[in-house]
Order: sequence, then C-alpha cells, then structure tokens
Amino acid sequence: MSELETAQKPSNPAVWNDPKYRALFFQTALIVGLVYFLYSVVNNTLSNMEARGISTGFAFLTEKAGFGILQSLIQFNEDSSYGRTFLVGLMNTGLVAVLGIFLATLLGFGMGVARLSSNWLIAKLATVYIEIFRNIPLLLQIFFWYFAVLAGLPSPRNSMSLGAGIEFNIRGLYLPGPIPESGFSITVIAFIIGFIAMLFMRRWAHKRQDETGQQFPVGWVTLGLLIGFPFFVFLLSGMPMGIEYPVLTGFNFSGGIALVPELLALVLALTIYTGAFIAETVRAGILAVDHGQTEASLALGLKRSQLMKLVIIPQAMRVIIPPLTSQYLNLTKNSSLATAIGYPDLVNVFMGTTLNQTGQAIEITAMTMAVYLTASLLISSLMNWYNKKMALVER
Amino acid sequence: MSVNHVKGPDLPPPNSEVGIAGWMKKNLFSSYANGFMSLVAILLIVLLVPPLIDWAFWSATWTGETRADCDQDGGACWVFIANRIDQIMYGFYPAELHWRPNLTGLGLIALTIPFFIKSFKYKNWLGAFILIVYPFIAYVLIHGGSFGLEVVSTTKWGGLMLTLILSAVGIVASLPIGILLALGRRSKMPMFKSVCIMYIEFWRGIPLITVLFMASVMLPLFFPEGSDFDKLLRALIGITMFQSAYMAEVVRGGLQAIPKGQYEAAEALGLNYPKSMGLIILPQALKLVIPGIVNTFIALFKDTTLVLIIGLFDLLAIINLALTDSDWLGFDDEGYVFAAFVFWVFCFAMSRYSIALEAKLHTGHKR
Repeated sequence: MSELETAQKPSNPAVWNDPKYRALFFQTALIVGLVYFLYSVVNNTLSNMEARGISTGFAFLTEKAGFGILQSLIQFNEDSSYGRTFLVGLMNTGLVAVLGIFLATLLGFGMGVARLSSNWLIAKLATVYIEIFRNIPLLLQIFFWYFAVLAGLPSPRNSMSLGAGIEFNIRGLYLPGPIPESGFSITVIAFIIGFIAMLFMRRWAHKRQDETGQQFPVGWVTLGLLIGFPFFVFLLSGMPMGIEYPVLTGFNFSGGIALVPELLALVLALTIYTGAFIAETVRAGILAVDHGQTEASLALGLKRSQLMKLVIIPQAMRVIIPPLTSQYLNLTKNSSLATAIGYPDLVNVFMGTTLNQTGQAIEITAMTMAVYLTASLLISSLMNWYNKKMALVER
Repeated sequence: MSVNHVKGPDLPPPNSEVGIAGWMKKNLFSSYANGFMSLVAILLIVLLVPPLIDWAFWSATWTGETRADCDQDGGACWVFIANRIDQIMYGFYPAELHWRPNLTGLGLIALTIPFFIKSFKYKNWLGAFILIVYPFIAYVLIHGGSFGLEVVSTTKWGGLMLTLILSAVGIVASLPIGILLALGRRSKMPMFKSVCIMYIEFWRGIPLITVLFMASVMLPLFFPEGSDFDKLLRALIGITMFQSAYMAEVVRGGLQAIPKGQYEAAEALGLNYPKSMGLIILPQALKLVIPGIVNTFIALFKDTTLVLIIGLFDLLAIINLALTDSDWLGFDDEGYVFAAFVFWVFCFAMSRYSIALEAKLHTGHKR
C-alpha cells in the first residue's frame, strides 16, 4: 500500500540528484576552474615577462624593421616598419593561397572526373595519382620540389628558354610582364561594362527561361562579354600595352614578372597535395547523385551534355561544396609551411623574423592567429549560409 | 496440338567482344575521344615509368660502403640510405641501447596479436592495458631512469622512432579528449557547450605550425618560472591539443547520426548519462565514424613532420640532416624518395585497414 501512495505523489528528488542543481553545480565548477586557469596563466605570463624585461603593447609596429624580404607585392625596403612586414607577409600568404586554390581546383576536378572515367587506363592513372600524393606528408613534398627538383635547374647564365620570352632557371621562373600605356584604361572600362552587362543578361535569360522555356546560350555570351568585348576595344584603341621581356643583366634576369623558386615549389606542392583531396571530394559528390537521376533524365530525352550540366552537376555541387571549402581552408593554413623553405609568408616573416627581432611573442602570435582565425570563421560562416541556401527543400 | 521448340545451341559471342581485344575495345577505345586519351595515357606511362624503374632498381647501387661506390652510373644510390639507416631509425639514440626501443616495439606488436585471435576473450582488458598502462612501460623502457636503466634524454630521440612515438602518443591522447569535447559540444549545459565550441573552433582555425611555434615560444611564459618543459613534451602538448579538436568534430558527426530513439531508449532503461553514453551511444557512434577517425590518424601521422620546424629530429628532419653531410652531398632524390616511401607505406596501410575495418563492422543492411 505504501508503495502505491508514494508512486502517486510526484516526489522531489534529493538536491544532489536534481538535474537542475547538478547542471548548475557542474557549470559553476567549470567556470571557477577556467577562471582560475586563465588567471594563473595571465599572472605567470606577466611576471615572466617582467622578469625578462619584455614590454607589452603594439608600439613596435611603427619601429623600423631593418631587414629585407625576398619577395613583396607592395613596396618594401629596410627602412619600412614592422607593421609593414605584417602586410607583406599577409599579402604573400594571400598570393600563395589564391594561386594554390585556383590550380588545385582545376587539378582536383580533372582528376576526380578522370577517376570515374569509363576509360580504364585514365581511371587507374587518376587513382594512382590520388593514392600516392594523398599519403605523403606535404612538408616532404615541398622539400622534394624545392631541394631535389628546382635546385637542379641551370644557373641564370644557362637559363632554359621556354619560348615566348619565358626563362626558367635556379633563380626562378621569369615571365614577360605587361606594361599598360596611356589609353589602357578604356579597356578596363570596357571590361567593367561587359561585367555589368553580363549580370543583366544572366538575369534576363533566367527570367526568359522561366517564362517561355527557351534556353539562351548563357555561357558563350558571358565569354564574349567578359573577354571578347574588352579585347575588341583593346584592339580598336590601338593596343596600348607594352611587353617587358626578362633580360639577363649581370648574374640574374631583370624585368618582367619573376616568380621565386620558393613560391614555385610551394604552389606546386600545395596544388598536387590538395588536388588529390579535392579529387576524392569531387568523386564522392558525383557518386552521391542517385543513378535514378541519370536514368530519369535520359528518359526525359536529355542529351548526355545536358544531363551533366542540368542534372548531375547541380546536385553533386551540393555535396561537394562543404568539403571543398574546408580543403581551401586547409590549403590556406598549410601555406604556412612556407617557412620551412624560406618563402616570406605571414608565419615566416612576421612570426619568424619580426618576432625574433622584437621579442613581442604575445602580440605577434595573437595577430597571426587572428588572421587565420578570421579567415576560417569567415569562410565557414559563408559556407553555412551557402549550405542553407542550397539545402534540399523537403515537404 | 503443341509444337515442341528445341533450343539450338548458344552462339559464341563475336571475337571483338571477348578476350583481350573485347576488353580493350570496351575499356580503352570505346570512342574516338576515349581512344585518343588512352594513347596519351600510354605515352605518358612509357615516358615516365621505365626511366623511374631503371633509376630506382636496375641502374641503382645497392651494395657498398662509401660514396665512391656510388658514382658508377645514373641510377639511385641506396648505399646513402644504408649508410645512415641507424640514424634514420633511431636518431641519436645510443647504438648499444637500441634494444630498448626495439623491445618496446616488439612488445606492442606481441600485445596486438591476440586481437586477431577470434576466441580470445579479454580483448577489452588488453586494449585498456595497451592504451593506459603500456605507454608508461614504453616510457620507462625508452627514456630509462628507473630499474637500473640508463637515462637517454629526449634530445637524443629521433628518426622513425620519434615519428612513431609522436603519432602514437598523439593518437592515444587525442581520441579520449576528442570524445569528451564532442560530448561537451552536444551537452545541454550552455557553459560546457560554449567552452567546447570555442576550444574546437580555435584549434581548427589556426595552422599547426603556429601551434608548434606557440608551444615552443609561449608555453614557457604561461607557467611559473622554473617549470621547465621538455621540447618533445611541448610538441606533444601542441599536437594533442590541435588534433583533439579535429577528432571532436569527427566524433560529433557520429553522435549526430545516432537516431534520437537510441538516446530515449537508454534513458527509458534508467541508465544514467555515463552509462547511456558508454554502453549505448558511443559504441554505435564510434563505429560509424571509424573511417573519419583513421583519416584523422593519418593526418596526424603526416603532420608529425612539422616538428622539424621547432628543432626535433623526426624521420624527415634526419633525412634533411643527412643531406647536408659534406661527404654525401647531392643525394636529395634518394633521401626524399626513401622518406616518402616510408610515410606512404604507413599511411596507405592505415587507409586500407580502415576500409577493411569498416566492412567488418558493418552490421546493418548493405545496399
């Protein structure tokens, strides 16, 4: 009887068994522990820095750096400030990331599609490429390209001429550089007009297809507006563009665009390494589209080319984009391995040389990490937005 | 009245559809474009593979002692590797004490054998022993300092031995931390959740190299003066912190894939949180994400090469060091190809193992 009575009344659990109080207790313990940990770390850091005579603050950023940098996209010399070394490093990291992402995407998509090819030989070659380069550490690949391959190139005096004014030697790859003359701005304006026209054309074509079902050759017209139209204007305005060829002066080439071997090795290794991962992502994305989709579109009478463009790729992209973005992020973070071969990226210049010269470990580490954190948080929030936009709308 | 149809014998398939010719027609030359690509691929293989094989095997020098034995022909000179094999395996570990890391490795291999014996009943206990007790035994054996073993300081550790130690410790330490972080991220308590999210996103957002820099430059600043950290320990802390964040995301994927009914059923059975997680949810979730976990291990194994930047001599750093030996200049190809081969064998084996394990553990319905 007593059992029944107690069962009918909802009993209050003891305080130590009440989930509400438990949660409160555990979280308070967590906060207290965390605060104590942070407090002791800050305290230790301050007293350690005092003992070593390190001053804090960002005043060092305006001081004169006094060292040169191998490659810089902006004006930099030994009189520039430490703050400017940060900018130089940041832009060099950006350069490697952009080049690497562009090339790795091309290679990765090509290899991913090749691995699914009906051609046995092509599929096997792509598999061999992926399995070899995915399983070798990136740093080792960078060393291999830099020390074993690029270091074996001839000296500037015996430089390899690859035609069209391109020179390739141990000091790097030299390309002819364009020099815009007066009147080139017309071409730039033409490009901008073409770009705006393209946006309007795409909108109009989309609307027309929705209303009438007729397709418009969007791809070709885009190509014409973005490249053909500016090129036509360029020809009409009398080709206001000079070309500067690299010339051997003394021990080295000057003029044109010079790509240092450090940059070449880094971009090559990043492209080949990340390309293998992107290829797997692309393959997984294409395989994720149900075979019924292919059969259904063939039953509707779509051509093979339309089938890929209108049915398979849009659905595969939904699967591919999220891991693809994380591969792009990985590539950007991996570009920090530049420091191992001396390419002046953010980590090498700022967290390396500048830190060693100034000793401002806390500030410099915080700034460097902030750059990478901002980039990755920004890109991942963009990706989440895209995911939401592209997610399947289910009933 | 019925007509009896007698089936005639099957005609053999046309010659162009079977055998090598048929296979080639179907897989290599099904269309003009395909045929062209096949020819390009064949050309590529003919241009690349025979010279490579010739360099690595036929023209290579396999025997000899000194550099003079190498300069005969254009092939690879593996004498360079053979000459350095002790350093490549053990770093600067004293040669007369090599039996200690050897014993540690053999012990580990011997302990894993029972896992492949189906009738062995105490696999869980053995696993716990390997993961919890054996690291201490290994430390005592390799580092020494007790039981009358001579101390070998961590600065002398190197080569493949160091690479394996770094990855083994990283793996053993980052998995449990990663599981805790993943559980924390899915916790209903807001403080735990936000602390775990911050930790995970922070470590995932920065490159490992900055973590290692931080571990070597800033860690000494964070702790009271006089507390001296071993360089290897700093690298291990950095790698574990970094990798546990990635592990947490992998495990979270598994936790999210478990249907809600499993959580509710565990609660309905009256299991408390540790029991429902440990007995119901985690075994299923971890099984789901085994490929992801092994991929994280592979990434960690490859990432251990980065410790050369803070001055530890892992396999790659030892090869780099050997390449700067003035008696043996110009053997970069051999050195890097050998290192790449060693790393590749480990990583490839791990990825194949994960595929096999996935197939073995797949108890559901396979399409």
